[in-house]
Amino acid sequence: MTARGITKRIGSIKFSCVSPDEIRKMSATKIITADTYDDEGYPIDMGLMDPHMGVIEPGLRCKTCGCKVDECPGHFGHIDLAMPVIHVGFIKDIKMLLESTCCHCGRLMLSEDQIQARRESMDKMEELGGGTIEVKNFSKETAKDASGKGVCPYCGEEQVKIKLDKPTTFREVEDNHKLTPKEVRERLEKIPDDDLVTLGIDPSTCRPEWMVLTALAVPPVTVRPSITLDSGDRSEDDLTHKLVDVLRINQRLRENRDAGAPQLIVEDLWELLQYHVTTYFDNQTSGIPPARHRSGRPLKTLAQRLKGKEGRFRSNLSGKRVNFSARTVISPDPLLSINEVGVPVFAARELTVPVHVNEHNIEKVREIVARGPEPGLDNPYVPGANYVIRSDGRKIRITSRNAEEVAERLEVDYTVERQLVDGDVVLFNRQPSLHRMSMMAHRVRIMPGRTFRFNLCVCPPYNADFDGDEMNLHVLQSDEARAEARILMQVQENILSPRYGGPIIGSVHDHITGAYFLTHNNPRFDREAAANILFRLDGEDIPFPEPYIDEVTGEQYWTGKQLFSTVLPDDFRTTFKANICQNCSVCRKEECEYDAYVKIRDGQLLCGTIDVKGVGNSKGKILDRIARDYGSDRARIFINQVTRLALGAIMNHGFSTGIGDEDIPPEAALQITNHSQECIDKVSELVASYQDGTLAQMPGRSLRETLEVNVMQVLGKARDEAGRIAGKHLGMSNPAVIMAKSGARGSMLNLSQMAGCVGQQAVRGERLSRGYWNRTLPHFEKGDLGAYARGFCSNSYKSGLSPTEFFFHAMGGREGLVDTAVRTSRSGYMQRRLVSALEDLKLTSDGTVRNTVGTVVQFRYGEDGADPSRTVRGKAIDYDDLFAEVLGDEADALLHIDNSDIGGDYGSLEKDEMEYIEEEDSDEYDDLDMDYDGGGE
Amino acid sequence: MAAENISFNVLKHDLVPEHHLLTEDEAVAMLNRKGMTRDQLPKIRKSDPGIKILETIHGPIDEGRVVKIVRKSETAQEFVAYRLVTRG
Repeated sequence: MTARGITKRIGSIKFSCVSPDEIRKMSATKIITADTYDDEGYPIDMGLMDPHMGVIEPGLRCKTCGCKVDECPGHFGHIDLAMPVIHVGFIKDIKMLLESTCCHCGRLMLSEDQIQARRESMDKMEELGGGTIEVKNFSKETAKDASGKGVCPYCGEEQVKIKLDKPTTFREVEDNHKLTPKEVRERLEKIPDDDLVTLGIDPSTCRPEWMVLTALAVPPVTVRPSITLDSGDRSEDDLTHKLVDVLRINQRLRENRDAGAPQLIVEDLWELLQYHVTTYFDNQTSGIPPARHRSGRPLKTLAQRLKGKEGRFRSNLSGKRVNFSARTVISPDPLLSINEVGVPVFAARELTVPVHVNEHNIEKVREIVARGPEPGLDNPYVPGANYVIRSDGRKIRITSRNAEEVAERLEVDYTVERQLVDGDVVLFNRQPSLHRMSMMAHRVRIMPGRTFRFNLCVCPPYNADFDGDEMNLHVLQSDEARAEARILMQVQENILSPRYGGPIIGSVHDHITGAYFLTHNNPRFDREAAANILFRLDGEDIPFPEPYIDEVTGEQYWTGKQLFSTVLPDDFRTTFKANICQNCSVCRKEECEYDAYVKIRDGQLLCGTIDVKGVGNSKGKILDRIARDYGSDRARIFINQVTRLALGAIMNHGFSTGIGDEDIPPEAALQITNHSQECIDKVSELVASYQDGTLAQMPGRSLRETLEVNVMQVLGKARDEAGRIAGKHLGMSNPAVIMAKSGARGSMLNLSQMAGCVGQQAVRGERLSRGYWNRTLPHFEKGDLGAYARGFCSNSYKSGLSPTEFFFHAMGGREGLVDTAVRTSRSGYMQRRLVSALEDLKLTSDGTVRNTVGTVVQFRYGEDGADPSRTVRGKAIDYDDLFAEVLGDEADALLHIDNSDIGGDYGSLEKDEMEYIEEEDSDEYDDLDMDYDGGGE
Repeated sequence: MAAENISFNVLKHDLVPEHHLLTEDEAVAMLNRKGMTRDQLPKIRKSDPGIKILETIHGPIDEGRVVKIVRKSETAQEFVAYRLVTRG
């Protein structure tokens, strides 16, 4: 598996402590003075900016390696500390070591036998594949067992308890004697190597006394570059500032100590040095005030550079910035295929694909190069080239001036960075990238304009809309990447969601309405209308179907179901109930009066209406079946064609909706008002009976709770009844009802709230109760428990809410907003943690799921080894399909008898749950969109 | 030592899957069949209530023994997993 030219590979990496000797050995210079630059602006020798530690100014040379700015990686220096100082990062380990070892002889306070047993256990653990964490926990246990002993088992010395005063001071509990770092170091020095192994420390690379610093490594200047301001002043890095502090105090401490100053003064300075060194490592150590800049801003020291979202790890090492990418606003284009993306010419001229020149393509490539970076022609678009990379690695920028010349000199083995052309494979992505469908491969279509465009069917997987959303595009640079993207990431490969094995890409909104118009009650089209619909399937080889002849007039006509059948595979068969199904107690099947029983045989739609259950995303049965049985490419073609057919149908029919659609006749409005008044009166009665104590208490509930339950029930009924009355008067010819019933957009609940009655507003699932003392608003009397006083809205959105109703509605709405805000942030964090726990798991060729070490996590993927996106709604085998194949139409009868017997089998149950979850999800993400657009990323 | 404190047999509980202690031969055969080494197996602690129950039947169970766990699975009716007994 060794790649060409690679002779060495990294076997393992070990992190350990560095000894003071090693710090001095690797040091390029000793730092003794806190001054950085002299009067002429040159760095002072043995100062913090000593040129031995690397260079940051162009033109200068490093005094250690003699290299110039970008060549010299920088070299460490060191500061000799006058007195030893504890390293905060190791304070826990130091405490553990001090507690578990004897203060006199330094031995681990366990008997020989115990130590022997522990060592054997550790060996065994390693042998049985115990992770480092387990070993660490085990040695922690060892330390715990050893600590807290009164007497050392080896030298018999009485032990004094040690307490840690955060962050860095140790104190002997009995006489309150403070242990100086020097004493700590002496104790650590005494611990024998053998005992360290038992405590999980490898003495060959890490002696505990190294955790108490006697020398401080000074990072190279390249790590802490100073910036020259416009005014000519120099501004030093935070680390340099901190090191200056350390040096100053270190100097003073040394002078005072050497001059024999009083112990008190020396100790104070020592503590100050400890503070500076501590904050140099971590300026957010709890228990000490953070060191601040002159402006009052806390300094960003070593730990702050690494930690957190903006730290080195998360923002620089795991987060990468890339070239060959573009980002712009998205807009819809229903005429593109689902696997295409419209790229603006402007972006296409910047984005390039490397083309390796060989004997076969050299003439063609030469032509492209000769056109230069701006061929001038944008319509039709012709690709140019931006760079030529010669075989020796030199990169030549092509300009319109040198294009001809560069093209002349083109040779085999050069690489040309050619501009994007139609058909290139690119990755297309929208944040937040929550699932794998958030990044899919598309084929490029160069287009005029300034936005990325794609088919509306691809909105659901990206969760995109066009209210200002932006998306990213990445151009693949290698053949391997392109092949992989084409096989795994293309849109059609992701039609079936791995979440539940159903389609996630499918018709949306108007496409569903269009399919409904095309098929519902089988409308007739004359030649012109039929042609108008069918010609939209341009380019696809579909024969014009044979017309029917009207028996009376003798005219030719085509039916909607016939037109729809043209896009179905020839041998397609399926049976299901459409979304408009009324769930009658006895299903009349083919004779369904609502045309809701869909039956397709041999690629002909015999009866039924195509709506969201047929071709919609996440529910589309036909789509599901085609993607599974006929492959992803057939499914792609089907979706494209259905989209076009549906648009043809809806344009032929004409479709619009407005608030006028919620108009109901006055008598219906009166009926609704009367009914809700009845309900409100009933609530008043309930309240009265509660107040005079005649209300029958429900088991397990207080009297007040009983009242609330009853009231909620009555008012809930009021809204449902209003919705029912309104729905009765709206009828199936109403556009809003068509959308709701066919599953295109909106629900009957939305409609009944607009036409009938908004209903009870709730916060935390209860009627509104908070606000003022014993009442919700000052418009009501204290203690009023009636319907209006507790947030019932008897008006509809259309008739308009009263002022109090409006306020209550805002209360309920606010809760929803807060909930989604909390949910998104929480689920985002959970997602992050889940991903970091699962990211390195992979499915191996033997069917097991393993982590990077090779440890088995699951003996068989998902326990049944099935890929969820290739299951039938969670089941590995589709029995219905098998029956249908074997028994033909008899299977349908069998199928439905089974269903009615069991009354909702496992699959349908789970699917209902799924729909419910999905609705929840989509709400959540809608709000997320708002955040994204508003935040302006 | 474990047995005397056990007041309830967890293995009899409906939600606890079957645990079987494999003999050394069985364990080796299983590992060979699966092409795995002992250190690649998932772990189960010696202090696990399930292991304690098994100890009342088989006597003390050493670290390094393999336990076979047969659990009901929503996707595959029955699912067999193996775990390596470790310290703890």
